[in-house]
Amino acid sequence: MATSIPSMPAKPLELVCPAGNLPSLKTAVDHGADAVYIGFRDDTNARHFPGLNFDAKTAAQGIQYAHARHRRVFVALNTFPQPSGWERWQRAVDQAADLGVDAVIAADISVLDYARRQHPDLPLHLSVQGSATNYEAIRFYHEQFGIRRVVLPRVLSLPQVRHALEHSPVPIEVFGFGGLCIMVEGRCLLSSYVTGESPNMCGVCSPAKAVRWEETANGLETRLGGLLIDRYAPGEPAGYPTLCKGRFTVADQTYYAIEEPTSLNTLELLPELHHMGIAAIKIEGRQRSPAYVTQVTEVWRAAIDACRRNPSAYTPKPEWLRELGKVSEGQQTTLGAYHRTWQ
Amino acid sequence: MTVHHPKLALGPVLYYWPKDKVLDFYERMSAMPVEMIYLGETVCSKRHALNTNDWLDLAERLSCAGKEVVLSTMALLEAESELLTLRRLCENGRFTVEANDLGAVRLLADRKIPFVLGTGINVYNGHTLRFLAGLGAKRWVMPVELSRETLASIQAERPDGVETEVFAYGRLPLAYSARCFTARYHNLPKDDCQYRCLDDPEGLTLSTREGQAFLTINGIQTQSAQTCNLVGELAALRELQVDVLRISPQPSGLETVIEAFAASLRGDRDPVEAAQQINATLPYGACNGYWLGQPGLMQVDVND
Repeated sequence: MATSIPSMPAKPLELVCPAGNLPSLKTAVDHGADAVYIGFRDDTNARHFPGLNFDAKTAAQGIQYAHARHRRVFVALNTFPQPSGWERWQRAVDQAADLGVDAVIAADISVLDYARRQHPDLPLHLSVQGSATNYEAIRFYHEQFGIRRVVLPRVLSLPQVRHALEHSPVPIEVFGFGGLCIMVEGRCLLSSYVTGESPNMCGVCSPAKAVRWEETANGLETRLGGLLIDRYAPGEPAGYPTLCKGRFTVADQTYYAIEEPTSLNTLELLPELHHMGIAAIKIEGRQRSPAYVTQVTEVWRAAIDACRRNPSAYTPKPEWLRELGKVSEGQQTTLGAYHRTWQ
Repeated sequence: MTVHHPKLALGPVLYYWPKDKVLDFYERMSAMPVEMIYLGETVCSKRHALNTNDWLDLAERLSCAGKEVVLSTMALLEAESELLTLRRLCENGRFTVEANDLGAVRLLADRKIPFVLGTGINVYNGHTLRFLAGLGAKRWVMPVELSRETLASIQAERPDGVETEVFAYGRLPLAYSARCFTARYHNLPKDDCQYRCLDDPEGLTLSTREGQAFLTINGIQTQSAQTCNLVGELAALRELQVDVLRISPQPSGLETVIEAFAASLRGDRDPVEAAQQINATLPYGACNGYWLGQPGLMQVDVND
């Protein structure tokens, strides 16, 4: 059908899926991702986990696989190099350019500047780690580095997203599903405060090597850097001790003082995001399994297609929500900051 | 060789205090041996006890009292109203501005106004510093998670005319969120927070269920519960040619801290002894881990 609805944005909403390895990249492409984002096997990206990510060979294979099917591959180089590691980030930018990736997703000014000068034809996206929460900041990155897209931090309400978009010189990508950072990305040091390693410096948050699980007389305890993050009663489902998602005590209350263990899910906001002209929806989870990538890509592909066909009749199907619920942290989902009452 | 002599700066008040308390605080601070004072609301735009005009008046008064005043701007800018305030501060025409978001850097660079890069701007290496110096940055505050060793590398390639400031005393600013954790504690929606952060002049302490305090809730900001204290590191700070030491305001006992830093800088007091004396008074202890390349909450005693 070639009809188009005049009020709809000219460009279709793109689905950007995570891949921590080649099988995930392939399954994302096979199940309908428009683009896949990956990282190299070191601290140049914000998912620097053991056994995860791509070397030059697997990256080349993945890019070939995606390009043969007319899909795109982005490489995240979104941590902040310290002087001692600077050459590693330079090499990573060069490598991404040599591989012919479709964009580099970066956050640090020195990385953006290097890419811009050395590889002027390499498209740059501003990572969520770049903390651009307002259009003046987006304009800064656009004017200085010619970024072609910005990924917004998961802290803005829908009206704030719309406002940024109306004044933004570049298309906007937002997170649609997956792990939820409650803090402004690129500006959260909680992990290094407790473990010495943070997303900015090391590409990790609450790193596995600092985690301890202990069966005690009080129940199962999870610790990070020695600090008690949570304690579970028998039968209570236990979660990974991400620092901001533990139960803590403030004055007389013990509760999820910062955030519940929950995932972001914006399926029900899709018509609004589509209508306001968001360029792309990003799925979090490069650290997750190929099965997760398959599941989430399949549901979001179906949802985006349904929304495009008939936005006014769109509602998230119960089976989509059920499938996404199964792969969500704590089996719970939230609209996060998009929904003002969550704030 | 002359001994490098860093100046003392008072950072912006990060908490929400009533207007009288703020004015009284700065009245006292104007008599203290700090050369610079950063002023303004950097955490939450709903905190309105002082409006922009009040801050500018205060800046004028402190300037007349001989202080070098810098106007600090918000770290998390979302709403148009926040950008309006930001533009007014950037265009004040009189005082230097501390940018805590690259949106502020854009406005200041556009107008060719020299500025300070606050802790909210991620300068993790010399290339980034040089780039921002090219846009008009005249001073940078080192991100608090960086170590002495990283600072040494950045200092080695620091562009001419750019000063370096280190967060030397106070609860460390660690994170910003859309969510207000103070309102959440009080079971209130953020849009109807009833300004409950006024109840807690130094925030709310967050502890593990074993009673180990490690964070401070301050509205949308999360700080350390431990107080960073680098007075004992004065020799290293001097050696690294750090130009400014920032002391972050706390509601009580700040005079003693400032005196200890000033006396140590003058050579009238042993900095290590001064550090120990201050640390003994801190409710949740001191921390210097970040400076030494360790987890931030660690305290490594200088004598060890």
